[in-house]
Amino acid sequence: MAVFARPRQALAVAGVLGLALSVTACGTGDDKSSDKADSAECAAYEKYQGNDGKKVTIYSSIRDIEADRLDESWKQFEDCTGIDIDHEGSGEFEAQLGVRVDGGNAPDLAFIPQPGLLKRFVDAGKLKPVSADTKAMAEQNYSADWLKYSTVNGQFYGAPLGSNVKSFVWYSPKTFKEKGWTVPTTWDELIALSDKVAASGTKPWCAGIESGDATGWPATDWIEDVMLRTAGPEVYDQWTTHGIPFNDPKVAEALDKAGTILKNEKYVNGGFGGVKSIATTSFQEAGTPITTGKCALHRQASFYANQWPPGTKVAEDGDVFAFYFPAIDPAKGKPVLGGGEFVAAFADRPEVQAVQTYLASGEYANSRAKIGDWVSANNKLDPANVPNPVDKLSVQILQDQKTVFRFDGSDLMPAAVGAGTFWKGMVEWVNGKDTATVLQGIESSWPK
Amino acid sequence: MEFDFAAEQPKLLMLMYGLIAFVVVVGGLLLLLDAVPSWFARRREAQLVAASASGAPLPRHRKPQEGMFAFFFLLPAVLLLLVGLVVPAIRTTLLSFMDGGSRNWVGLRNYTWMFSDDSIVRVLINTLIWVLLVPLVATAFGLIYSVLVDKARFESVAKSLIFMPMAISFVGAAIIWKFVYAYRGDGQEQIGLLNQIVVSLGGEPRQWLLDSPLNTLLLIVIMVWIQAGFAMVVLSAAIKAIPADIVEAARLDGVSPWQMFWQITMPSIRPALVVVVVTLSIATLKVFDIVRTGTNGNYDTSVIANEMYNQAFRYGENGQGSALAVFLFVLVIPLVIYQIRNLRQQREG
Amino acid sequence: MTTTTPTLPAGAQATGKTSTAAGRVRKRLNSRTATLASIVIAVLWTIPTFGLLVSSFRPENQIKTTGWWTFFGDPQFTLENYQEVLFGRSSSSGQLASYFINSLAITIPSVLFPLAFASLAAYALAWINFRGRDWVYIAIFALQIVPLQMALVPLLKFFSTGVSLGGVPLMPAWDLVDEQKFAQVWFAHTCFALPFAVFLLHNFISQLPKDLMEAARVDGATHPKIFRTIVLPLITPAIAAFGIFQFLWVWNDLLVALIFAGGGNETAPLTVRLAEMAGSRGNEWQRLTAGAFVSIVVPLVVFLSLQRYFVRGLLAGSVKG
Repeated sequence: MAVFARPRQALAVAGVLGLALSVTACGTGDDKSSDKADSAECAAYEKYQGNDGKKVTIYSSIRDIEADRLDESWKQFEDCTGIDIDHEGSGEFEAQLGVRVDGGNAPDLAFIPQPGLLKRFVDAGKLKPVSADTKAMAEQNYSADWLKYSTVNGQFYGAPLGSNVKSFVWYSPKTFKEKGWTVPTTWDELIALSDKVAASGTKPWCAGIESGDATGWPATDWIEDVMLRTAGPEVYDQWTTHGIPFNDPKVAEALDKAGTILKNEKYVNGGFGGVKSIATTSFQEAGTPITTGKCALHRQASFYANQWPPGTKVAEDGDVFAFYFPAIDPAKGKPVLGGGEFVAAFADRPEVQAVQTYLASGEYANSRAKIGDWVSANNKLDPANVPNPVDKLSVQILQDQKTVFRFDGSDLMPAAVGAGTFWKGMVEWVNGKDTATVLQGIESSWPK
Repeated sequence: MEFDFAAEQPKLLMLMYGLIAFVVVVGGLLLLLDAVPSWFARRREAQLVAASASGAPLPRHRKPQEGMFAFFFLLPAVLLLLVGLVVPAIRTTLLSFMDGGSRNWVGLRNYTWMFSDDSIVRVLINTLIWVLLVPLVATAFGLIYSVLVDKARFESVAKSLIFMPMAISFVGAAIIWKFVYAYRGDGQEQIGLLNQIVVSLGGEPRQWLLDSPLNTLLLIVIMVWIQAGFAMVVLSAAIKAIPADIVEAARLDGVSPWQMFWQITMPSIRPALVVVVVTLSIATLKVFDIVRTGTNGNYDTSVIANEMYNQAFRYGENGQGSALAVFLFVLVIPLVIYQIRNLRQQREG
Repeated sequence: MTTTTPTLPAGAQATGKTSTAAGRVRKRLNSRTATLASIVIAVLWTIPTFGLLVSSFRPENQIKTTGWWTFFGDPQFTLENYQEVLFGRSSSSGQLASYFINSLAITIPSVLFPLAFASLAAYALAWINFRGRDWVYIAIFALQIVPLQMALVPLLKFFSTGVSLGGVPLMPAWDLVDEQKFAQVWFAHTCFALPFAVFLLHNFISQLPKDLMEAARVDGATHPKIFRTIVLPLITPAIAAFGIFQFLWVWNDLLVALIFAGGGNETAPLTVRLAEMAGSRGNEWQRLTAGAFVSIVVPLVVFLSLQRYFVRGLLAGSVKG
């Protein structure tokens, strides 16, 4: 057997063998011929065929193991259609994508996590509207709430792919059981619990917003989540689109509400120190004191499941788990903050559109979810296919009829605010600057 | 997974093509310049011989033009510079008068923004602090150190230690120093060296990178840490180049080390000093990775290059980013004027 | 680098050649303080790197919870970080050798080209008389300030769409794939390195003795000949110095490689892989400790092997005619 230096070749060969096709077929990796396209497994891919030997490049911020999982998730599609998907992930995705597009070297597809950035490329005339097939597929599988984020001036530019739920509070079921604490279901219960934990001598909350060149984003999530609860989804929408100014009293109210937890020396920062340690604690390690009992609660998205130290059991009866960040007024529904990425196209070749359509399909969502650590708002996604309990809970929340879903506001705002002054403003706010000054500063930076 | 040499072959082949291209371009250029004039010379000789034989008037004397040589010597460098830097510089200047999406002209708006926005003014001030401190401190350190270890038995080891940070990327260096400045709450075990020292001396741990202007100074320490090695290498070489007889004569004359340093070493290494200071100044003006990795420009530590990158590439505000870049061009003017004066002196001297 | 001979104070020359006993003692004392001071500085300079080195051998949870100095009280040694860096879990790792070769394939030509072009240019600017040469030199010097980031988009456009003037194509798009993209990286690095290289080399070349050049001219040597036979041997130390700096810069570069070579393992250098190793969400930064040392090895070897050479070379080159 030859030595496979390139994993994709190895995977392709494995795929050939796995499909148990003709033993005599010359099974070298480069042979992506679609003679296997007639097999039963490939029946589902029939509508994507006719692009044999074509190559589609994808650019995203997904790297390392998660990138491998992506490659695995569309392997069968590649084998059956003969389309070669070439994915590249970069930690500098947002900045690099702009450089590549302006430099005339755009990828065919990009997984864009910020609707604001997507709109910028539409305004610059760089993105191609999706094909009718893709649009039909997306409308079939995603709720209108989701589709509106990639619709600019009435044109639809790409279906959502992965999603995450941000309205989670992480806790330790084990500790809760030991101490006799119960999972709160309303805001008041949450505060009552916090007081109870504080009285027991432990600081109840831990938080950390340091995240390299994105420092501040966890705090913006906090504010958005609270804003969605204090002001409601309609005001939230006005806020993210600058329908109301950034320093509107309603925004100030949300900040102050969040401040009753985040800027409360009695409540934070369990395991790290005082309020000021929030700014310099990295978001990756911010929740870890929960495992040692130095902190009881940590508000962070579903993807925080990957951050726990090795050996931590993430489950409803395990070492750590998450509960829904409760609503203040349950009568207003179940507000959920989340994020996700959109599959936008810079090219409109048929093979690119085929891939785009496929990625919006239920087949893809289930294929990817089975590999693990992935959630989607795709309503064809069967929760049974989601192995991780937190991810499963996320899927249930996303598919819940009562859920009022809103996209992460900082991703909707212009990048100068959403990835700039809002982040920086939150850092200053946590460090003691007063609400009015911070909001005034962000408001004045909104691009005219 | 095993290492497959066959997969690497095309790369090595490409490397070989590159090297062949190098030999062909550079060698070819030199050969051409060597061969063509001598061919002309031979032809002229033949003409002369022919002319004198036939009694015709001598052809006008034409030496191979200096200009022609200059043209070909400069051609590769100038072409590359035009494509790689001159065009981008012009483009940047034009963009600085346009809006964020580079679609409409906005006049001087980006410049008024630059000088009226408090946070940007802070950025400009920080850059000034950087460019004043880094070249000065790094050069001083490099100079003192190279004098100290000059001719010492352990010189090459000692120099390698100082030079080592140069071998680390800026990002790597910033990560290393974030370790040093790391903070854990009072009463907990410190993981940062600086706070550990403070705590063991009975002090309270501090969040070093939070308090302005101390945090800017702490970031400057990183740059000095890296660049002192550069200063040391160049200055040490210059010190070694001081003719031994001068040093020996001075030593025999009982000149004190102090006098020796000011009267002999300093004047001798002046050109090298200029190179070091100028180079460090420019590198400091463009400093980017250290600030980005260290604090990402939070807590009043941002500098021009960092802000420029944010504006142009992250916020999609090409105009404002370009305006900041143009301001960098302006900051380098004093150095340019100094170079012009230097050049004049050299020509006269 | 050459020197101007400083004139010694006349008095100093007259005071005879015997150094006093006191002078000798003072000198010894001085050298002892000097030694001490230099050792202190060297230790201070090395501690941060040393801390990183120690950390790279500690288990992940130890790195994140205790200081590296506690290692000496409670040594918990592991090679796991190196294991992960060298043979990691994702498909892109386990091929560090491949990234290593990419780095070499990128670095070597990216050092050679600017060296050659810059020495040619520096020679012309220093020793060939033509109109406007000072202005050309000053312009090249000033170009050092152009931030690399602002040059990325136009240069990428140059590669991907070619050059055309008023609709007339002057140069087609490069259309390179896979390892051919190295050429773009060489090109970019050469462009960005030239201003500093010309500045540095011009400083050396222009200070070569004038008599030497004039003598060669009188003997009928052409510029290419002078360049090859006289100038090049004399400026080897400067070339070595610039070579080292350019090597370090290219070896440690991330941005240029990411833009012009892409991030795949066909072309991306070690730095891209190391940046990626921090994990998609930056949570694996303990790997960076080991990664940093893997990537530091080559530049350090290059420096150590060239160091002696270029110090000696500088001495040889300083003989003034």
